[in-house]
Amino acid sequence: MKSGILACVLLATIWNGAALAQGAPIKLADVAELSGGGATVGTNWKNGIDLAIEEINAKGGILGRKLEVTHADSQSNPGVARAQVQKALDGEPYVLLGPGYSGSVKVTAPLAAEAGITQIMGGEAAELTQAGNKFLFRTSFGQQSSMPKVAKYINDEIKAKTVAIVWVNNDFGKGGRDVIAKEFARYGIKVVADQSTEAGQADFAADVSKIKAAAPDAVFIYLNEEESARILKELKRQGVTAPLIGETTLVGQKVVELAGDAANGARGHVGLTTDAPIELIKAFREKFVKKYNYVPDHNGIKGYLAIYMIKATTEKMGKIDSKAFADTLHGLTIKAADEPGILMDVTFDQNGDIDRQGFLVEIVEGKQVITKVLPKLN
Amino acid sequence: MTGTMRYLQIALGVVVIAGLVLVPMNFNRYGLFILSQWAVMTIAAMGLNLTLGYAGQVSLAQGAFVGIGAYAAAIMTTQGAPLIAALVVAIILCFAVGWLLGYPALRVQHHYLAFVTLAFSTLAFLVFRNEEWLTKGIYGISNIPRPHVFGFATNRPLPFYYLCLGSLGLVSLAMWWLIRSPWGRAFLALRENPIRALSLGIDTRRYTLMAFAIGSALGGVAGTLYAPLTQYIDPVPFNLSLSLDLLMMVIVGGAGFFFGPFLGAMIAVLLPEWLRFTQGYYLMLYAIAVILLLIYSPTGILGILDRYLSERRTKTASALRAVAPSRLETAP
Amino acid sequence: MSNLFDLLVAGLATGAIYAVVAVGFTLLWQTSQTINFAQGEFVMLPAFLMLAAMQAGAPFWLAIVIGILLSLLLLGLGFKLLLVDPMLRHGVLPLAIATMALAIDIKEAVKQFFSAEASPFPSVVPAGDISLLGHTVSLQSIGVLVLAIVAVVGLTLFLNHTSIGHQMQATAQNPTVARIIGVPVERMILLTFLINALLVALASLLITPIYLAKFSSGEVLGQAAFIAAIVGGFNQVRGAIAGGLLIGVVDNLAAAYVSTQYRAAVPLILLIAVILFRPQGLLGRPEERTV
Repeated sequence: MKSGILACVLLATIWNGAALAQGAPIKLADVAELSGGGATVGTNWKNGIDLAIEEINAKGGILGRKLEVTHADSQSNPGVARAQVQKALDGEPYVLLGPGYSGSVKVTAPLAAEAGITQIMGGEAAELTQAGNKFLFRTSFGQQSSMPKVAKYINDEIKAKTVAIVWVNNDFGKGGRDVIAKEFARYGIKVVADQSTEAGQADFAADVSKIKAAAPDAVFIYLNEEESARILKELKRQGVTAPLIGETTLVGQKVVELAGDAANGARGHVGLTTDAPIELIKAFREKFVKKYNYVPDHNGIKGYLAIYMIKATTEKMGKIDSKAFADTLHGLTIKAADEPGILMDVTFDQNGDIDRQGFLVEIVEGKQVITKVLPKLN
Repeated sequence: MTGTMRYLQIALGVVVIAGLVLVPMNFNRYGLFILSQWAVMTIAAMGLNLTLGYAGQVSLAQGAFVGIGAYAAAIMTTQGAPLIAALVVAIILCFAVGWLLGYPALRVQHHYLAFVTLAFSTLAFLVFRNEEWLTKGIYGISNIPRPHVFGFATNRPLPFYYLCLGSLGLVSLAMWWLIRSPWGRAFLALRENPIRALSLGIDTRRYTLMAFAIGSALGGVAGTLYAPLTQYIDPVPFNLSLSLDLLMMVIVGGAGFFFGPFLGAMIAVLLPEWLRFTQGYYLMLYAIAVILLLIYSPTGILGILDRYLSERRTKTASALRAVAPSRLETAP
Repeated sequence: MSNLFDLLVAGLATGAIYAVVAVGFTLLWQTSQTINFAQGEFVMLPAFLMLAAMQAGAPFWLAIVIGILLSLLLLGLGFKLLLVDPMLRHGVLPLAIATMALAIDIKEAVKQFFSAEASPFPSVVPAGDISLLGHTVSLQSIGVLVLAIVAVVGLTLFLNHTSIGHQMQATAQNPTVARIIGVPVERMILLTFLINALLVALASLLITPIYLAKFSSGEVLGQAAFIAAIVGGFNQVRGAIAGGLLIGVVDNLAAAYVSTQYRAAVPLILLIAVILFRPQGLLGRPEERTV
């Protein structure tokens, strides 16, 4: 019995080894929120991945081998994510992609780390890269990077002394709120209203009413796109004139489309945006719209980037080596001039956090306008 | 004839149990995880089956009770308490909450329990999410340890699977005993003919309440195993969807049949795998399949099986009777 | 306190939405013992049908007509013939569960065949605000409130003052006896489903510009509708509007004065309280305990 199992294992290893040597496709595994509350996040992520893979394969793949990806649905549920990631890891992929939800990332990261497989994911919660995981990499700014920039802007440019925070009550919203509340405390800015809202909430009259009553110097809004649109409309309706600041979600294309001219004047810090005046991003956006018939959100960009991260790292190593992947990516700088698919120059630090250009934007007459470019730190 | 049937049934049972114990030894981690999940969900579904199938009440809060059990286990074991202590707490807590919820709701028409449990489901989720001091809120509780059973560590997938399987076995035995006991007979009487049960002096409300409370307690038991299984819990899984999933499991398997939950849980856990090729459509197909099944047989798959076997028995009996018209014969 | 007035108006606006959804729900229950857990999705779907028609090139007014007709067909006739009729002989409970499965189906179908993202929806009512006693109220909210009132008043008049209405009431109270005295029970029940389909289509038309067209918007609406129907009075159509408005106001006041984290809990607690102390709802008639 035992020898039979041993024989099978040996055969499997030889098979895999042989397969790797012969130019067989590189297997990637993706676990994303394709249903449930995070369906828009996961679907965009998946579409970005598929687009990138299609492009790379059309040009011959990476080091002569084509890319292959399997997508699994985490149902926006950490328990399911764990099962799917376990299944994906059992298949020994080159790299693991996703999930996008920070809660799902938290429960799956130990599994990938134990298997020694690099995980490139979309979660933005601060704590993800603070647990000493050597195999986890971001595709966007963690909240610990983006929130201080927003707070700085509110303090330095708007010179606000009081602020109201409106946030969505899930790990995304609460995480952001906790980080920025600490930043405000550091600057000595008083939080005069702290409103939690539900995902999918349609009626913001009570929340705006409270904000209005608190009369803050600025309002920080951290909701999903649809809710951002709704609250912008309500803020306009109730005549709130304080500056409205957000982070990525508030000033997205979707919000402008849904909120109409109530979105004008909204400002925010954006890490990834399809509205950036960068040629590579514009080209990406066109390709995406051509293939999928809608404009992607930042999750679509993240998925696309993830694949090009893999390409750049693998080409740097010169070989397909999943064990050495993480070490190579730590401290790596990928320049857009060398690898256009990465869209913007980026450097990865030892924790898996990114250092990349960011933007401060404002919605002017229905268009996202870059008011300031925040350069890469290094 | 029946003697052979009994031996066949016992033999089948032995084969299945042996299979459940031996075959997974060759499974990879994912297969073991899925099987463990199946065992845990079956426990919760058995509880719901008691409430729905035997006592005829709709509970839409079973997912919340699983959540209560899971959080009890997570909070206590991350503080160093043994899992068994969490189990006791979960059972007592879920039983009590079930009793409190059911007591007023069962005073009125039976469909009102559905709405009360619907409301409770959302309330439980809100408490899990908002009471950060207790449950760590939306951030969840991580690094839940796997328990030590009789000195054996269950950190590896296979030993933990055996723990889940063993628990399922214990719970099944307990349920079996309960159904066979006078209590169980009272439940059945309730379901079959409530008016007659009343006329026989059975306090229908008390028994229904009991069934609901015990069913909820079983949800808590499932929860205490769920926490060390996934080793991380947050409020997200314990919402109305889980309660609906469990309801589907009981209905599809066959409400009121002892093995209904086993079958229903297996279908619910394995179907996403089989239908994976349908990509985004599998949930739709599953729901449509449920509707069609309900139209054809509201007592689920085991109901279809039961009907088929009854028809065969009736046909055999009628055939026998037709063959020997002179002999007086009572139906078997 | 001007703040309170703002909240009340907002609450009434939201409540009107819940009321319209709850009316159809109550009607179905009354006349055919159907607990329709898919009512929220019924309100979400017509908007998507209209959007699909517009994508196929139809102008808005035509898309509305198409949407309403498809609604009547699918959510009225289709729902009754394909789901309710086969299931009703099994009892109330299996039908209720079947509607839960139906809700999942509709949601997933919209997500797969249309989009997982939210889409804007054009409004029949001009998207502006008017000033009412010094407070800004959106015209769309007033539109929904008007629809809710018209629907309930219309239905009440219909049920109480027309021959068909009386027949529907007879069907609701005792279908067996109604059949005996010659009421075409089947047709009455079908009529109920058609009225519900019309109501949800109109509700969809007015609510979607505010809620935005998204596959998941039925969940919140559906749950609010159940609570509204039960709190207001499950066996009275006018209970639905009372319940809806009450829930809308309570929700807003809770968010402002209690806690935003628990704002969803207050209507739920109200529901449990009503079931405990007044199970027929605030405006309902006490129902006999069916054994």
